[in-house]
Amino acid sequence: MSLFGKLKNRLLKTSSKLDEGLDAIVSEKSEDLGGEPSVDATAEQATPTVDIAEKPSVSPATNPVEPPKEAKPDAEKTPTIATPPVEGEAAEKPSLLGRVLGRKASTAGPRRVLDDEMLEQLEELLISTDMGVETSLRVTAAMAEGRFGQKLSSVEIKQLMAAEIARIMEPVATPMPLYQKTPQVILVVGVNGSGKTTTIGKLASQFRAAGKSVVIAAGDTFRAAAVEQLQVWGDRAGVPVLTAPEGSDPASLAFDAMTKAQESGADLLMIDTAGRLQNRADLMEELTKIVRVIQKKDPSAPHNTLLVLDATTGQNALNQVDAFQKLADVSGLVMTKLDGTARGGVLVSLADKYGLPIHAIGVGEQIDDLAPFDPKDFATALMGLED
Amino acid sequence: MFENLSERLSGVFDKLTSQGSLSEDDVKTALREVRVALLEADVSLPVARDFVKAVQERATGQAVTKSVTPGQQVVKIVHDELVNVLKGDTEDTELLKVDNPPAPILMVGLQGGGKTTTTAKLAKRLKEKQGKRVLMASLDVYRPAAMHQLEVLGQQIGVDTLPIVAGQKPADIAKRAKQQASMGGYDVYMLDTAGRLSIDDELMAEVEAVRDVTNPRETLLVVDGLTGQDAVNTAENFNDRIGISGVILTRMDGDGRGGAALSMRAVTGKPIKYVGLGEKMDAIEEFTPDRIAGRILGMGDIVALVEKAQETIEAEQAERMMKRFTKGQFNMNDMKMQLEQMLKMGGMEGLMGMMPGMGKMAKQVKDSGFEDKTIKRQIALIQSMTKRERANPALLQASRKKRIAKGAGLEVSELNKLLKMHRQMADMMKKMGKMGKGGMLKQAMKGMIGKGGPQGLEDMDPAKMAEATKALQGSMPRGMGLPGLGGGALPPGLSGFGKKK
Repeated sequence: MSLFGKLKNRLLKTSSKLDEGLDAIVSEKSEDLGGEPSVDATAEQATPTVDIAEKPSVSPATNPVEPPKEAKPDAEKTPTIATPPVEGEAAEKPSLLGRVLGRKASTAGPRRVLDDEMLEQLEELLISTDMGVETSLRVTAAMAEGRFGQKLSSVEIKQLMAAEIARIMEPVATPMPLYQKTPQVILVVGVNGSGKTTTIGKLASQFRAAGKSVVIAAGDTFRAAAVEQLQVWGDRAGVPVLTAPEGSDPASLAFDAMTKAQESGADLLMIDTAGRLQNRADLMEELTKIVRVIQKKDPSAPHNTLLVLDATTGQNALNQVDAFQKLADVSGLVMTKLDGTARGGVLVSLADKYGLPIHAIGVGEQIDDLAPFDPKDFATALMGLED
Repeated sequence: MFENLSERLSGVFDKLTSQGSLSEDDVKTALREVRVALLEADVSLPVARDFVKAVQERATGQAVTKSVTPGQQVVKIVHDELVNVLKGDTEDTELLKVDNPPAPILMVGLQGGGKTTTTAKLAKRLKEKQGKRVLMASLDVYRPAAMHQLEVLGQQIGVDTLPIVAGQKPADIAKRAKQQASMGGYDVYMLDTAGRLSIDDELMAEVEAVRDVTNPRETLLVVDGLTGQDAVNTAENFNDRIGISGVILTRMDGDGRGGAALSMRAVTGKPIKYVGLGEKMDAIEEFTPDRIAGRILGMGDIVALVEKAQETIEAEQAERMMKRFTKGQFNMNDMKMQLEQMLKMGGMEGLMGMMPGMGKMAKQVKDSGFEDKTIKRQIALIQSMTKRERANPALLQASRKKRIAKGAGLEVSELNKLLKMHRQMADMMKKMGKMGKGGMLKQAMKGMIGKGGPQGLEDMDPAKMAEATKALQGSMPRGMGLPGLGGGALPPGLSGFGKKK
């Protein structure tokens, strides 16, 4: 929660621009209702307060990795997760009702009739979060459905869009599955500079904290000092790091690492790889070779293939997911650098098009700056809603 | 994945029958598509908006030339405007100001943008192209092993790095670098800072401190070319806080559309000085607006194709081949080399993808059976020949053919196809060879070997490009021998080819 709070704070800092944009859109053709009584404003404020109270129960997981072994706590969690949406609707209803009955529970401030022009502007607003043209279109259309011609305030619009985004994101917010099989092999792939090594360091530390024995294979034998970087992370996390000299074949290192992990009975083997752009056929071939080689040791490996994506990436993220999915059979995503000014709308677009699970998000450079993905928090943060 | 802008526009303009001049409505419809194309290419929204407005003003009422469609006309206007914006009005002939030794260069940017790699690439360039003595210093005290990374890179490229002293603050390291640079007689010293978010006050203050200590001649913002809408914020914030003098776009060898380039230029007004094109230490180039403009519009990157050919074909080898060709000699060894060359350049699909308007073609070619597999088989066939046979394919009679086909695990008919192709190509070579030394072949080869790229490419406008593409499309599927032309199969050589024929 605190992690998401951090993210949210950062996002809110920047989403003020989004706010301004939205306010500008709304006030552009609004009927000035500035004289609305302030009592209404407080009434509206009360609604989100309920939301806050629910939130802690929505995101109880502090660890992005939830072992299926702990079936019991999971079962306990499920009802808690299932309830809030119902309550959320209930909380929304009075305001909807209130709006029909004399617009009592609405926010103070300008309102604007939802029309084609406004929809187009909203769509642009979403595009400016990197959501992409298509997905933005879909979100605005879903929001507008049945509300065409109604007068909406900017807060309402935000809430509606956040709800729609949360709906899209809900199915992809799953923690990385853990299996009984040891060593469970986790292959980490991505383009250059997306944050693979850092993510491995953070993940290893969390697994370690969860009582798993972890081995890391420093498979980035290409970039200068990549191995050293990972070794520092390994020291921080208290996890052994297997290395190979710079310029050597990463596949052979992966094979050795498999052997060692099997011998030492480690629970998890995390394999780092060099960054590669998805359109470089030769480098992608190298990746498939790594997979082939570890499959010699364990035909079911790699059990997870994590694609690390930079949240500041624009629409090229879709190409990246597409290419890596085809060649490396990606099983889940980790989004990094969500603490920047990027709002990460591309996540929505990815969820919409590929539906790959988002296991975790990176929100900083510290070892514990890795959080599970929470669709609701993400959606509210993306839309710049304050609770 | 993305629809090419010209295709998009041709869809819109198919409905239009009126010609003569572009009406306001025509332009509006077209520009909606342009805007979507820009947004999909990751051009920031406000920038795209302003840009479209500017184009609208320019386009309305323009006469449409008879030979081009209104769609092509709009594409040309958009392309020109793009180049205009990307170029800017600053006529900076000097790429980097590195006079008054020791000249400090400060490198800033987000995490993972490629600062360290770019620092080393630039240092190598300064050293080799301008003969400067360069000192590099890493101020990245946060990321594990970042300083070590720069040190290793320095060793690789033969550039000195400031000795690492643990526990120093960035500003202190900068001071030390300045001192060492002036005492050691360096012309330039480059400061590679840690990646930072533009909204992180603490870290931004740290760069400010470094800037104040060194007073850099150049402050270069290194940005990932794949960046999305966020590019504007980053550029704005860095420019406001630190004051940048130029931008370097990295990862432009990816298949991103590079819309960030336009956003950066428009928001900061600062020139884009270089683009990073790979992981190797010499994979950095000066920024060329025309190429990026074409790329943002999804018109394919002909120039990139040519340069890729330059990369893979070793100049010497090409020279030797040229000599042989002009003499009219073309044997199986040459052919094999050509086929291998094609594979190296990413195979048929890769080649097609780079040519404008050839996206669809790639499929057609595939259907017609001429794909990478075929090339590989043909190479296998050639490899099954003896040395003598390769040098002189005329030797081949039935028994030899049978043996070769067997050796490659293929049918004799396939070998016959290969031989036919070879004959056609050899004929072509002879003809071209006879055209003399200033002939087309030489020009085509020059295009591959020479640095500047073939003439006419630079100022090739979209309309001409479309023409060339048509010519290409016309000739490609028919002549199966053409792809095998290897060097000649490059668009510059080929487009000229189609026309003269």
